[in-house]
Amino acid sequence: MAIDTKLPYEKDYVSSYSERLNEPEWLKSLRFQGLELANTLPMPKPDKTNISKWNFSDFKHEAEGKKIDSLEELPNDIKVLLDLENENKNLIIQRNQSVGYQSLSSSLTEKGVIFTDIFSAIREHSNLVQRYFMKDAVSIDENRLTALHTALMNGGVFVYVPKNVVIEDPLQAIFWQEDLEVASFNHVIVVAEENSSLTYVENYVSNNKTENAVANIVTEVIAHDNAKVSFGAVDNFGAGTTVYVNRRGVAYRDATIDWALGQMNDGNTVSENITHLIGDNSISHAKTVTVGRGDQTQNFTAKIVHFGQNSEGYILQHGVMKDSASSVFNGIGKIEHGATKSNAEQESRVLMLSENARGDANPVLLIDEDDVTAGHAASVGRVDPLQIFYLMSRGISRFEAERLIIHGFLAPVVNEIPIKAVKEQLTEVIEGKVL
Amino acid sequence: MAGSTLEIKDLHVTIEDQEILKGVNLTITGGEFHAVMGPNGTGKSTLASAIMGHPKYEITKGSVLLDGEDVLEMEVDERARAGLFLGMQYPSEISGVTTSDFLRSSINAHREEGDQISLMKFIKEMDAAMDYLEMDKNMAQRYLNAGFSGGEKKRNEILQLMMIKPAIGILDEIDSGLDIDALKVVSKGINKLRNESFGCLIITHYQRLLEYITPDKVHVMMQGRVVKSGGPELAQRLEAEGYEWIKEELGIENEVVGQKA
Ligand SMILES: Nc1ncnc2c1ncn2[C@@H]1O[C@H](COP(=O)(O)OP(=O)(O)OP(=O)(O)O)[C@@H](O)[C@H]1O
Ligand SMILES: [Mg+2]
Repeated sequence: MAIDTKLPYEKDYVSSYSERLNEPEWLKSLRFQGLELANTLPMPKPDKTNISKWNFSDFKHEAEGKKIDSLEELPNDIKVLLDLENENKNLIIQRNQSVGYQSLSSSLTEKGVIFTDIFSAIREHSNLVQRYFMKDAVSIDENRLTALHTALMNGGVFVYVPKNVVIEDPLQAIFWQEDLEVASFNHVIVVAEENSSLTYVENYVSNNKTENAVANIVTEVIAHDNAKVSFGAVDNFGAGTTVYVNRRGVAYRDATIDWALGQMNDGNTVSENITHLIGDNSISHAKTVTVGRGDQTQNFTAKIVHFGQNSEGYILQHGVMKDSASSVFNGIGKIEHGATKSNAEQESRVLMLSENARGDANPVLLIDEDDVTAGHAASVGRVDPLQIFYLMSRGISRFEAERLIIHGFLAPVVNEIPIKAVKEQLTEVIEGKVL
Repeated sequence: MAGSTLEIKDLHVTIEDQEILKGVNLTITGGEFHAVMGPNGTGKSTLASAIMGHPKYEITKGSVLLDGEDVLEMEVDERARAGLFLGMQYPSEISGVTTSDFLRSSINAHREEGDQISLMKFIKEMDAAMDYLEMDKNMAQRYLNAGFSGGEKKRNEILQLMMIKPAIGILDEIDSGLDIDALKVVSKGINKLRNESFGCLIITHYQRLLEYITPDKVHVMMQGRVVKSGGPELAQRLEAEGYEWIKEELGIENEVVGQKA
């Protein structure tokens, strides 16, 4: 398919942007390479969703944000995401493209933990970032959007947990798109060295209902031998933002990567969440919830690829669809030759709240090895009238009964969100969307 | 408070164009326990469900009045708030909603907006009721009926009955699937509610439940009607002799709904 939309930003611009940020040569040349590839590579082709008319070119690339002097002064939609009582906050708030707020407990700093915005990381730990940036997880040349992402990367965070360091308190990043037109080309890298463990939670917030914007996000999670990463996210981009979000994990021997993703965007979205279970005994749980409303179109892929022996992958996708929203849920379990004794399980459930909504559950198992176990369950259905009858027979109104059933339906994923405040806020977002 | 009165008059009910109930008459008043018995497929569950407003059943004729108010005009939740309770033969499973959250919502739905039960008081009452029913406390934090055994579901229905304290309880085969100990516990729960302001309609196949809960009246259903009523001795005779003698007495060849008399 020919792409005739012209790139919105040219080499001169990218060059001066990179220079203004004092970027090392490796990154600058990677940006140029991305720009070039973006001219030739095709767009990603999400199964069963046509994105050729979506806006990926109308956006503003740069916007600064003010420093945040006190968390108390934040607007409410940001403040609700914070666990304000906890003194030991490990928190970054990116306001547009500036670091508005940053704190990391001193004990973690002493242990060598890095939790900083991506540009500081590139300046201060250039080699380390270069080692992981678009290397083991996502490649620059996968498609036009990964290439463009590299060329125009304008934010993100870098998390590095050294060997044997176990972090109890979660690390939290809030990406606040205060400017209604600014694009998010965020790049997030999470590296957990051998025997380490951490919990990371990120929130995307934007309020653009009509203003056009684009999010083109790449996240790379690397769990080395016997490391454990719990990754939680709540995406909440406004209706005007077209979103491409690519979250990818690579798990080595005995490592675990668990995802809990609340995908609450109001605009058109392509979301890919792929985990490569490279090492023997590696494990991943990929859980996502979404609510589709209005006339948005979304395409979600949850995919786990088994390379290591005895690796375990569990996909759970729950979606609620209302109005005339339409979503495709691709669940893909892939077991490569040699990944003996692996187990690939997946479950996709879609609850339809309106006649005009569309929901497609698309379970796929690709198995190239005999000695494995695998299973899938998928369903698309309406609220069970007998459940409603049961609840109403206890005096509960129809409205409240539906609310309870929908919350119940989404609970298996919502309950996995690691930070209490974020979990509660996700519940509230769901409430606002479905009712 | 004096009890409520539920009057069922000439009730006709159709499901998917088939008439199941063909003129049921029954009146229950606070303080009274009525047992409804009858062979399989004679319309007992249909009666219970239709009173509560089950979406599948269509009322084609007759009336149901609670203290003179037309129940059939009410939504299901209004019926509940007016004082009706249905303990179901097959309660739904609702995953993701804890039993305790559900119970609190139910209780609050029965109360005025400014008069919601406090969390402390709720927990105290729930703990007491669960103790009384010898239920495992963990059950409250489990999802509503999800993966509950048959007996656990029935106990959970009685837990709700005890906490909601309706004016009229309709219990559909609350004893089926219960072992003897559970049967005693469940009966104990129902008996605890016995007073002037509580009336109960107990659907059962077995006299054994009625040994623990003595009914004031016993009714037998066949072919979608109440064909015989009597006192507790009627249940004892059914236990001893089965239903044949009633069929002979009334000239019924096949007792199931949809058959000719
Ligand atoms: N959805 C349906 N479609 C057609 N017939 C139905 C339907 N549901 C119930 N019936 C019929 O209605 C009749 C009465 O059923 P009901 O459940 O009221 O019987 P019951 O007396 O409660 O029996 P049991 O003792 O077995 O519980 C039965 O013949 C049953 O097959
Ligand atoms: Mg029945």
